[in-house]
Formats: sequence, C-alpha cells, structure tokens
Amino acid sequence: MKESSLRRRIFADRAFQALVALLSFCAILPMFFILFFITKNGIAVINWNFLTRLPAPVGETGGGIANGIIGSGLLIVLSSVIAVPVGVLTGIYLAEHRKGKFAYLSRLSVEILMGIPSIVIGIIAYIWVVMPTGSFSAISGGVALGIMMLPVIVMSTEETLKLIPDSLKEASLALGVSYPRTILKVILPAGLNGIVTGVLLSVARVTGETAPLLFTAFGSPFMAVNILKPVSALPLTVFNYATSPYPEWHALAWGASFVLLVFVLALNLTAKLGLRKWKVQF
Amino acid sequence: MESPVLRIENFCAGFDSNQVLKDINLSILRNKITAVMGPSGCGKTTLIRCINRMHELIPNANVSGKILLDEQNIFDLDPIIVRRKIGMVFQRPNPFPTMSIYDNVIAGYNLNGIRISKGDKDRIVEESLKKAALWDEVKDALHRKGTFLSGGQQQRLCIARALAMDPEILLLDEPTSALDPKSTAHIEELVVHLKDAVTIIQVTHNIPQAARISDFTAFIYLGELVEFGPTEKLFTVPKDKRTEEYLTGKFG
Amino acid sequence: MIQPIEGGAGQTPARAKTRDKTMTQTKAETAQAHYRPGFTLSEAAFRKILYLAGISVLVLLIAIFLSLLIASLPSIKALGISFLTGRTWDPVTLKFGALPFLVGTLITSFLALLISTFFSIPISIFLGYYYREGKASSFVKTVIELLAGIPSVIYGFWGLFFFVPIIRFIETALGVPPYGVGILASSLILAIMIIPYSASLGREVISLVPNDLKEAALSLGATRFEVIRKVILPYARSGIFAGILLSLGRALGETMAVTMLIGNSNFLPTSIFSPANTMASVIANEFTEATGAVYLSSLIELALLLFVVTTIINIIGKIIIIKTSFEA
Repeated sequence: MKESSLRRRIFADRAFQALVALLSFCAILPMFFILFFITKNGIAVINWNFLTRLPAPVGETGGGIANGIIGSGLLIVLSSVIAVPVGVLTGIYLAEHRKGKFAYLSRLSVEILMGIPSIVIGIIAYIWVVMPTGSFSAISGGVALGIMMLPVIVMSTEETLKLIPDSLKEASLALGVSYPRTILKVILPAGLNGIVTGVLLSVARVTGETAPLLFTAFGSPFMAVNILKPVSALPLTVFNYATSPYPEWHALAWGASFVLLVFVLALNLTAKLGLRKWKVQF
Repeated sequence: MESPVLRIENFCAGFDSNQVLKDINLSILRNKITAVMGPSGCGKTTLIRCINRMHELIPNANVSGKILLDEQNIFDLDPIIVRRKIGMVFQRPNPFPTMSIYDNVIAGYNLNGIRISKGDKDRIVEESLKKAALWDEVKDALHRKGTFLSGGQQQRLCIARALAMDPEILLLDEPTSALDPKSTAHIEELVVHLKDAVTIIQVTHNIPQAARISDFTAFIYLGELVEFGPTEKLFTVPKDKRTEEYLTGKFG
Repeated sequence: MIQPIEGGAGQTPARAKTRDKTMTQTKAETAQAHYRPGFTLSEAAFRKILYLAGISVLVLLIAIFLSLLIASLPSIKALGISFLTGRTWDPVTLKFGALPFLVGTLITSFLALLISTFFSIPISIFLGYYYREGKASSFVKTVIELLAGIPSVIYGFWGLFFFVPIIRFIETALGVPPYGVGILASSLILAIMIIPYSASLGREVISLVPNDLKEAALSLGATRFEVIRKVILPYARSGIFAGILLSLGRALGETMAVTMLIGNSNFLPTSIFSPANTMASVIANEFTEATGAVYLSSLIELALLLFVVTTIINIIGKIIIIKTSFEA
C-alpha cells in the first residue's frame, strides 16, 4: 500500500472523529442556551411574592404565579390518581404474560398510546369530560394528563418487573404464599425503585405539557382548587404570558418558565441519577 | 415398620405432549433422607417440583396419578396448603433482596398474613437459624439485608426460611450446585442433622453426595424410576444394569 | 378461597420425632382456629384484575379512535374529500379546506427531520462507538436526555426570543418580508426537540453492533472511520431509520413550540420563510373559539388524521425495530 493513501486514510479517520465530536457538541448547545436564557431572565423576577401571589392586571407590576403552581400541583395529583394504579397493574400484567397474542396487543397499544400527539389527547379529554359536563375543569385536565402518564408508567413497570429473577417468585410461592400476595408483597417491593422512577418520569413528562390543557383545564387567573372548575397550570401561564404583547407579562412568563424548568429537570435528574443508589441487588 | 409420609402412585407429569415423568411409584419414609439422582434432564427436578405443586406454575404443565401426603392426595388440596406443608430450597440461593435476615426467616408468616406475637417471631427466627446452623454467624446482624451473606450462608438462610414454616417435608433441589466445596460440606452436614426434625428429599446429580448423606436413593433415568432402595444396597448391589452403569460413570 | 392454615406458633417447637396421622390432623385443626384473616384476595380475582388492566389500554386506544371518528362524522359528511384538497380555510363562510395545514405540517416536519439527522447520527456514533463509556459519554447522554425533558412551551418561548430575531435579520438581509416567525423558525426548534428521540435509538443500535465484526474489520487494517462506514452503518441502518421515523412521528404532532413560532397563517406557504399553520397548531389556536358543529368537527377530523398518521408511523417504526433486534 502506498504511503500517501495510508496518510489520507488516517487523515479521513481523524477528520471524521473531529466532525462527529463537533456536531455532537453543537447538538447539546441549545440545552445551555435555553438554561442560560431562562435563568438569566427568570431569576430576576423570582421572589417570595412571585411564588405566592396571583397575577397582576396589565400595567401593574408585582404579580405572581401562585395560581399556576397550585393548578399544576392539583393536575399532577389528579392525573397520578388516575394513571398510577392502572399503569402499575397493566405493567404487572405485561410482565407476567410475556408471550401470547393478547399481551402482544396490549403491549402494542401502550406503545401507540405513547406516540399519540398530546393535542389529540386534549381533544379526547374534551370529548369525554368537557362536553358531557359542559365546562372546562381541572378533572378534564387530569384525565388528559393521566392518559399521557399511563404508557410511561406501564413501560417502566413492565421493564423493571421483567428483570426480577423468577427464583424470587418461586421462593415466595414455595413458602405457600398466594399468587396475589407474592406479586404485591415480594415482586412489587423488589421493583419499587424502577416503578417510582417511571412515575417520576411520567410526572416530569406531563408537568410541562401545555397542549392537552388548552381546552381542558383551560386556565384561570384565580386560586382555584375545585376540580370541576377551570384551573391554571405553569405551562399555561408560560404560554399565555409569553404570547401576550406586554413586557410585564413576558417577565411573568420568564419567571414561570424558570420555575417549570427547574422542577422538570430536577425530577428528571432525580429519577435518572438519584434512584440508582437504592436499587435492589439480587 | 415405619409409615411412609409420602406415597407417589402411578405418577406421570410433563409439558404439553412432552412426557417428562412416566409412571413413578415411590414411598418416602418419615425422618429419612431420600436422594433422587439421575443424569441432567432425567426428570428428577420435575419430580420434586410436583411434590409441592410448583410444577404446575409452568404454562402447559400436566400431571396424572396421585401423590399422597399423610394418605391425602395433594392434588385434592389447595396448592398453597401443600406448599406450606412441604418446603423447598432451590438450586440457587434466593433470599428476598428487600428483606433483612430476620424478615427473610419469618417471611412465610409475614407474607401469608399470619399474625403472631413479636416474642413468637423472635423465637421462630432463632430456632430456625439454629437448625440451619446459621445463628452464630448472623445473630449480631439480623437486621442487615440477606443479600450481603456469602452464597453458602444465603443457602442456609433459605433453609432456615423453609424450616420456619415447620414443614413436614423439605425438598432440596440440588442445593449445593451453585456453591463452593467448603459451603457444600457445610450444607451436607446440616442436612444430615436436620433429618431428626424433618423428612428430606434431595435432588442431586452428584453421586458421591447421594451416597454420603442419604438413607434411601431413587435413580431416575429418562423419566422412569429405574431403582429405589436403601442407599447402601443400591450403591453396593444395584439390581438394574442401568443403575450400575450410571454409578460407574458409563453415562450421565 | 385460599386460607392460610399455620397460625398458632405454639406448636412449632413441639415437634415429636414420631408423629402419626391423627396428631398431624389435630395440629392443623387447632392452627386453623387460631388464624385471623387479614387482607385476602383470591388468586382468581387478582388475575381478573390484572387481565382487566391489560385489556384497559387496548380499550382506551380503541375508544380514542372511535371517539375521534364519531366526533369527526359531521365534518366528514359535510365536506368529504374536499376537506383534504381544499385550499381555503374560512370559518366565516364555512369553508374548511385543510390542505394548507397538511402542507405546513409536512414541510415543517421534513425540514426538521433533515436538520436533526445532521446532528442525531453523529451523536449516535459518538455515544454508540467513539465514547461508549466515561465522563464525556455520560455527560452528553444526560444532556440529550434532559433536552427531551424540556417542556415544549419553553422551547417555543425561547425560540421566540432567540431564533426569531436571528431569522428576521436574515430575512431582512435576503429582502423577503421579515416576519421572523414562520416555517423556518418552527423547523429549527422542532429539529432540536426531536434530536434526542432519533439519537437515543441510533445510539442503541450502533452499540449493539457485535464486537467481533468491528474487531475483524480493525484487524484487517481498517481505520475507525472505515469501520463506521463499512461495518457499523450498514449493520445499524434499519435501526437508525426506525429512530428517524419515530422522531418524525413526534414532529408531526408537536404542538406548542410550533404554535408559538409558525406565525399562524391559514394560507398555503410559498417559501420556507412564510408563516403557516400545522394541523396541531391550528387545533391549538382555533379549538376553543370554534363555534358551529362543522367547524369543531373539522378540527377534530384534523386530530383524527394526526392520530392515524402517527399511529401508522409508530407501528412501522416498531416493526423495523423488532425485525432488526431479531437479526442482531
């Protein structure tokens, strides 16, 4: 082989590796831009009043996002109540039935649910809850977010339980422990770490969702805790104020974005890093 | 003459159309150690998994014939009751990873929702761990996780867990196959001691082990019970040619 | 019904060396009397509950489809195929031609896909081959995962204040109307948003390429670049494609960021700078104001369309993944 061709190949190799590294680096840049932008603009408006007061009318300064925080909390509780029990049970079902046509259909449904655009879920909650009750409400928002949480919880529960060795189940059954107790008291505790991770990730997923809330929870400038009335939510606050023409409201939107971003990223990081530490060893 | 605690009559078992065990007849005597030996895949593990009805947990499993525990067919009983009367220890130690040593031993009670006083629990844990010859090693660490123990200790913990339920029969499915020689010796010694308290049926493919510890030996080959008798007799004057060939290492 | 029988611990230590049948029975009977039932759930009931949970996701999916279909019927009946081919969307005159939104959705999504592929494939190679372990790798991986976790509305907000001025500047320089918002802005933000989806699947398939294949090529004197080109990419091709397909599914249905950046124009876009609307953004903008049965129903028909298209894309992507994982 000729020396020059070898040199060219080595050069191509190095150049390609540099290009890959460069493009990868560029792709993660937006993360830092976003963090920088949101933090710079957001932190300036964050103070105790901002977190505890209701929004101020146009022209006045010093309003807060308390309604959004409370509303988001309420929506998370409602959607978790709907999605966690069904999601965990479905996950158990799929982990216990690895083969079979029915389990396959069920698994496929979960994957399709995962891919449905959030705006479509919003319309479904509108058709199912808002139309019959005749009013936008926290509960309709909870249904929408619950449907979005469901597949995440199912998948993480199934994945976690699949990794638990069968010998554990046999140990319990051989002690004369019934099947329900074996699942609930031996298998679930052994997989608790993964299930909690899944729930946290699903909460992180829906906390930032705006589209499904536009015509369900709808938004409200008041401190609302009635689940049959419209409520605000942090992402709705961001959307409404960010797209308004008033600079005071933009400030509110930056602050709300910062709070939302910190919450969602912290939840993601906790789920991915923090929970590894107390993972069950087999 | 001692009465048999367990009688297996015309027993067949398998999966789908694949028959693993063919027409087994066997009587297990109380407070004796019965070894079940045979080459891999001969059906010996299936046999003891049938005795506490673990076999039927596998989809498409089937059984026919009778297994009588104290003259009562176990297939007429609830499997859960059968499993409480007939304990089992598996090839690989499988302590519950989320539980402490203490909770592992008492798990049969806690998981079954059987409520007993703290004093009784303490006593059962201590007795069971003593029977399993583990008490001295773990008495100061009862509330540590069971998974921190060595493999041999974990296996003795599993034996203690089974003994805590006060079973009539203890099934050991090659309990030393995943252990080092020293732990194996320890477990063998323990098993011999235990027979005063409980009837033991142990599966092994280790011929010397069967000879060392058992009172009776059953030799299973290709799903058939080839020979069954007192261990000494079976090892010295085997009646069947296949037994002789197996013992002399011609196959398996 | 399952009943635990071992209740009285009192008998436990008193195990006689020789027991007869009658003794055992007495023991069982007394034990039963001691048993206090706590929470009991029969196996059959428990299995039924699990089965119902398993079926619930399928029922949910079918219910979603049927609800959308039924709610779309007024629009399907009134408009028929003209819904998909009509170029005019004017609620005042009851003209509902969704073609501008279909075109807007396709252009923004494919443009975003094009841009994101330039970055997602290098990331897949970076994480799946060059740096499979170590600090650099876990840092990049974590950041990518966090990018996937940033709420859409925050991308949109950031895009408004970051991309829009830049694009407005470019537009002024090029002499086109300086809207700022429009297809380009939406596609850029969409591209960033979908990178994590195709990158994570790409990384997985690339790291699944068997080591002996790579080593065989290296031992023949191939450079790492040649290994990537001749061994890894051919091997991982269909998996990478599946990742891109799944990220397309994301892009098509992405709503908030696009709604904030696309400029909301109900006319057919004429260039990548023009404002437009996607199916998702028009729903977000007009749904709460939609008065009249056909208007509301036609928006729901758009949702039905989105649902069907993303479902088909996801199923195809899934099939490709299953096929490749069987080959591997």
